[in-house]
Amino acid sequence: MGIRAILSSHLPNGQFGRHSLCLAAVGREIMKLDTSGLESAASLFGASSELFDGFATAPSFELPVTNDFDGFQKEAIQMVKPAKGTTTLAFIFKEGVMVAADSRASMGGYISSQSVKKIIEINPYMLGTMAGGAADCQFWHRNLGIKCRLHELANKRRISVTGASKLLANILYSYRGMGLSVGTMIAGWDETGPGLYYVDSEGGRLKGTRFSVGSGSPYAYGVLDSGYRYDLSIEEAAELARRAIYHATFRDGASGGVASVYYVGPNGWKKLSGDDVGELHYKYYPVMPSTVEQEMVEVSGA
Amino acid sequence: MTKQQANWSPYDNNGGSCVAIAGADYCVIAADTRMSTGYSILTREYSKICKLADKSVMASSGFQADVKALQKHLAARHLIYQHQHNKQMSCPAMAQLLSNTLYYKRFFPYYAFNVLGGLDSEGKGCVYTYDAVGSYERVGYSAQGSGSTLIMPFLDNQLKSPSPLLLPAQDAVTPLSELEAVDLVKTVFASATERDIYTGDKLEIVILNADGIRHEYMELRKD
Repeated sequence: MGIRAILSSHLPNGQFGRHSLCLAAVGREIMKLDTSGLESAASLFGASSELFDGFATAPSFELPVTNDFDGFQKEAIQMVKPAKGTTTLAFIFKEGVMVAADSRASMGGYISSQSVKKIIEINPYMLGTMAGGAADCQFWHRNLGIKCRLHELANKRRISVTGASKLLANILYSYRGMGLSVGTMIAGWDETGPGLYYVDSEGGRLKGTRFSVGSGSPYAYGVLDSGYRYDLSIEEAAELARRAIYHATFRDGASGGVASVYYVGPNGWKKLSGDDVGELHYKYYPVMPSTVEQEMVEVSGA
Repeated sequence: MTKQQANWSPYDNNGGSCVAIAGADYCVIAADTRMSTGYSILTREYSKICKLADKSVMASSGFQADVKALQKHLAARHLIYQHQHNKQMSCPAMAQLLSNTLYYKRFFPYYAFNVLGGLDSEGKGCVYTYDAVGSYERVGYSAQGSGSTLIMPFLDNQLKSPSPLLLPAQDAVTPLSELEAVDLVKTVFASATERDIYTGDKLEIVILNADGIRHEYMELRKD
């Protein structure tokens, strides 16, 4: 991936690779892991418990004690085989942002679910899409929603899409190299108008007007790019998004289920449609009765 | 000199299958009672089902040591919740807790494939299905474990309900009565036992409804 090459060449951490875990404990300049997603044990028992006299336990993800962290993660991830096949897309147009996704989750070759919610409602005016590891996306989007709410309470104003995507990108960057798999788009409407950012677990964050993420994205891009105009109406944009998802599910085995389409406007997001892609197929390509060339008839008697 | 690879893994798979079905006012959770390792059977009478709260019951297959640790952790957290809030945890709350608990071990996962069943605050049945690192979804029915690939297609055929993502929304309540659902579960396990070596011995069924909890058992093939 080009993005990875660009980013790693500018980062001092890039060359340390797998040893960055040890250095995280030693170096001052190394990126600290974002542990806001973890609760500290102190908050559970109350501040005045005898168990925690004299020291505060720092929240942290438990890590396995092994020489070969990467090998262990590779093996462990095999066991989970997280959902990776997907098609999600989002684009900005005159009226706002259109976001669409399929709903299939696959574990290896097995379809583990046909009804996964891949468009996550972070708050009433911001959406996030899910691609990559389902648990990673669900957990960190929920964490992002919490952080956005805390920002609102602390600053008495809503967080911008730029800010929210930066929060998420920083979290994912701090876990870079540890095996998280997240390819998400943050779409929303703030004071500056519609906003769309692509954020991934490599640490990449891109601002843009058209994105598609997942195994079905090449197919979705084909339909999306050829039909896109800035001045689409809401219905036309929704139909374009729906068709792009449908075509991706048609050709990509790892995408399928229900094509959901959401619109983000100045008053927040609204779900426009959820259609089973099997039914969309027959809607777009209805079965035509064809003329019969030869017809078998019953032979009477013997 | 070639690097020595680790030849010890902290994980093992004890096999088994779990199923849960949600109804209009009941929830059925079932699991077989066979615990195996490799080709050997460790015991024929191991329960994979754990009651976490009055209205939440979890069934887990996978590595039973991790399952036991997970059950202990959740029971402890539930006790703290009861002390702090003076009430039992609701099933959706327990579902979120289980998801977070699994994700906190994202880099050293619990090798547990869970299915959580119970009654929501309106008394309707709810089933939540999980992967090993905590991604979860509320569904009408689910199967996990070694027999899940055999069981799920059959449940899809019998119970398939319109996806909750469809708009306009379509009602997704399982039309089966409680007795029909229990019968379906027994049929499903009898079939899974025929074709999955890790499933068998005995079937334990837990039925949750407004009147409380009920247990049923059924013998399965022991070969």
